[in-house]
Amino acid sequence: MGLLSRKATCNSHGQDSSYFLGWQEYEKNPYDEVKNPRGIIQMGLAENQLSFDLLESWLAKNPDAAGFKRDGQSIFKELALFQDYHGLPAFKKALVDFMAEIRGNKVTFDPNNIVLTAGATSANETLMFCLAEQGDAFLLPTPYYPGFDRDLKWRTGVEIVPIECTSSNRFQITASALEEAYEQAQRKNLRVKGVLVTNPSNPLGTTMTRDELDLLVNFITDKEIHLISDEIYSGTVFSSPAFVSIVEVLKDRNLENTQVWERVHIVYSLSKDLGLPGFRVGAIYSNDPIVVAAATKMSSFGLVSSQTQYLLSAMLSDKKFTKEYIAKNHKRLRKRQSKLVAGLEKADIGCLESNAGLFCWVDMRHLLSSDTFEAEMELWKKIVYDVKLNISPGSSCHCSEPGWFRVCFANMSEDTLTLAMQRLKSFVGSIASKDRSHQELKNSRRKFRTKWVFRLSFQSFHDREQDER
Amino acid sequence: MLSSRASCNSHGQDSPYFLGWQVYEKNPFDQAVNPTGIIQMGLAENQLSFDLVESWLRKNPDVMGLNKDGESVFRELALFQDYHGLPALKNELVEYMAKTRGNKVKFDPKNLVLAAGATSANETLIFCLVDPGQAILLPTPYYPGFDRDLKWRTGVEIVPVDCWSSNGFRITMSALADAYRRAQKLNLKVKGVLITNPSNPLGTTMTRDELNHLITFAIAKNIHIISDEVFSGTVFDSPGFISIIEAAMDPNLESPDLWNRIHIVYSLSKDLGLPGFRVGMIYSNNETVVSAATKMSSFGLVSSQTQYVLSNMLANKKFIGKYMKENQKRLKRKKEMLVSGLRKSGIECLKSNAGLFCWVDIRRLLCSDTFEAETKLWKTILWDVGLNISPGGSFHCSEPGWFRVCFANMSHATLQVALRRIKDFVQRWSYGGGIGNKISYQQNMSNLNRKLPSNWVRKLYSSEGDEQDIG
Repeated sequence: MGLLSRKATCNSHGQDSSYFLGWQEYEKNPYDEVKNPRGIIQMGLAENQLSFDLLESWLAKNPDAAGFKRDGQSIFKELALFQDYHGLPAFKKALVDFMAEIRGNKVTFDPNNIVLTAGATSANETLMFCLAEQGDAFLLPTPYYPGFDRDLKWRTGVEIVPIECTSSNRFQITASALEEAYEQAQRKNLRVKGVLVTNPSNPLGTTMTRDELDLLVNFITDKEIHLISDEIYSGTVFSSPAFVSIVEVLKDRNLENTQVWERVHIVYSLSKDLGLPGFRVGAIYSNDPIVVAAATKMSSFGLVSSQTQYLLSAMLSDKKFTKEYIAKNHKRLRKRQSKLVAGLEKADIGCLESNAGLFCWVDMRHLLSSDTFEAEMELWKKIVYDVKLNISPGSSCHCSEPGWFRVCFANMSEDTLTLAMQRLKSFVGSIASKDRSHQELKNSRRKFRTKWVFRLSFQSFHDREQDER
Repeated sequence: MLSSRASCNSHGQDSPYFLGWQVYEKNPFDQAVNPTGIIQMGLAENQLSFDLVESWLRKNPDVMGLNKDGESVFRELALFQDYHGLPALKNELVEYMAKTRGNKVKFDPKNLVLAAGATSANETLIFCLVDPGQAILLPTPYYPGFDRDLKWRTGVEIVPVDCWSSNGFRITMSALADAYRRAQKLNLKVKGVLITNPSNPLGTTMTRDELNHLITFAIAKNIHIISDEVFSGTVFDSPGFISIIEAAMDPNLESPDLWNRIHIVYSLSKDLGLPGFRVGMIYSNNETVVSAATKMSSFGLVSSQTQYVLSNMLANKKFIGKYMKENQKRLKRKKEMLVSGLRKSGIECLKSNAGLFCWVDIRRLLCSDTFEAETKLWKTILWDVGLNISPGGSFHCSEPGWFRVCFANMSHATLQVALRRIKDFVQRWSYGGGIGNKISYQQNMSNLNRKLPSNWVRKLYSSEGDEQDIG
């Protein structure tokens, strides 16, 4: 008998992946403009650090919100005691209004259907506990957020079966990919309970098209399974096409109050839009009252601090502020993304065209020594250790094609981004010149074999030639 | 369609413990607005020392405003989601925990894992130590929430260790052995014992003998000990508190890898009265447990905003020292008020020195020595007397007739009202031949008034209809 549980001693927490290992390397040698200018620049962390000044300024103008006061009166005792898993009503109301605002007010949400949790990490796991048994499966389009391997599977015992998406159609979900994934699950004797999508996508940075969403609705209707739409990046959509929420699609197809309506669940969080991952504010939204009831009880295992609920209910109720924040935040994200894209272009690197998120999905296939994941790892290690940029390799996101990397842009200053792009450009340049010299070496050897006398232009080649002999 | 977890009721929330709260919510007592409402005596909250915490916060506005030395630390905190926790908070917590144990033990912040409340800490520990279908032993009576926290999502079983009033509900070697045998008969592999010390609902601290029995047993069976010490800061009377860590330091009980199998759960919800802030923790000397629990804490991290405020408060040693002393004083006073008030009604409590409640012996009011009679009595007390107290059956007590009655979540005045209602009820019970006669509280009040001389009636009721003048 093991002393500890299997969960504690296995490594199905998924944290041995390169996604997390890259962070560890960064921690050992973190870049700092002044103290460590040759350190590793963190480009593997999807955080939004661009709009703190707006939050800080609101906080400074509204000290009561953090000071446990309402209309000048102390409500400390009330908050200190408030552990009701139904959540602070004022906060839930403000949160659903904010969610609606992000969706252009094309849909509305009922605060009675929302369950607060300690971050989206907790929300996703809780939904798994509510919808699936140990050994059941959820289908996830690849590439997907590496954390899901821990969040959805570790303690729940649920399996993930990938829906393979490829660059041939910009990684969009197709009907055949869905069917193939479903059949693969069946071949493995896994009962499929649902599909989980991230929209906007992490790591792609794209919003799903209406066609994709329609496809999903048709699929889950046909198979009678659930759909979880992780919409934590919904507030980071900075350019067209506009964000279309799954709820909007259901509404437009008059599917409200049908069975499929009750099988669609949304996960949200304030970690990406407002840049507040430390405050642990996540939510599950569901139209199924049994899911809401069960998830509410389960939220006991990860309630949001009442102190934080109160602060954010005040902030999100300030509609003037939320309007201004959403607009400015979008502008800054768009600008920063453009800078990254332009910087990459200068290094002859392209990325998937994106309109959302805090990262770009970057195409480095042409830099691989071979079209394999080994070559991708080789390239990744060079970029982390030699170029000193922590970017995330596509394999850690379960991408089916090697050579794609997720590169974050919203967690650093403009200067740092500029430096990162310079480093990348130099790196690509050095590979190119190595390639050129390697190519010329091959050419010259051929010529040398045919002609004895040949004046060589590269000293290095001359040296190598001497060695080979 | 949904999981069995979502559609069954093994979340354990259909017990009277929780149902009583619901009834209270529909008709809550308020001295001014609803004086005949139900008084909540089923909620183990410490509301006696808020003024102290509030006063500290008022004197430290920078902390609440997320400033440090005049500079905003908002950004740093907003981004801080490291599951290793804010180092400043962990350093303060281990010192605070040591202080609560008279500094007889020391804790290493590296062995501390933060969690969103003890609820999260307990579940996480079970996920780390026990596989689905295996079991842990729990002495009865135990906190009803454990049926949800330890079993629901983990798939683990609880096998009770029966304790009896004959020896003050103390854990005995034979009770432990008996529980272990029962588990074996049910084909359940026992992975550990979970104790709550000080005990909820008993309000007592474990004796050294009990702790030694436990440790001897755990060594013999090669199992874990989880010591839920959430009430360790509420010990207001002698004997002092002996933590499992202190007991395990006894050289006579040495065992090479015992230290790897002892784990503590703690929280700031009871001592500091801050359940809303969700600050719990696991302490373990087992590196693998600390590592796994740390990763699992991702599912219930403590808000960085809260970590910051509390690390500052705990760092103020003068304030904390003053708080601990004063808090204990107030708890003791309130508890003595409850005990003596109950005694005046002929009701005794288990002698206690800790916690936010008393374990009350109402066996003599049962119409029969059964749990059905206990439930009947509970309903009468809830609906007719207007007090939400928690019946022993919901704590898996093996003997009917015991109730947990909380005292730290109300004012002096409210406690007086509650005691008066109990006194009246017991009187009615004596006159009326048991609780067969279901008389409503209001009706009984008018009955009592008819029995009293008319000039007394005038004195009894003030112009606001306040009943507090009644003896």
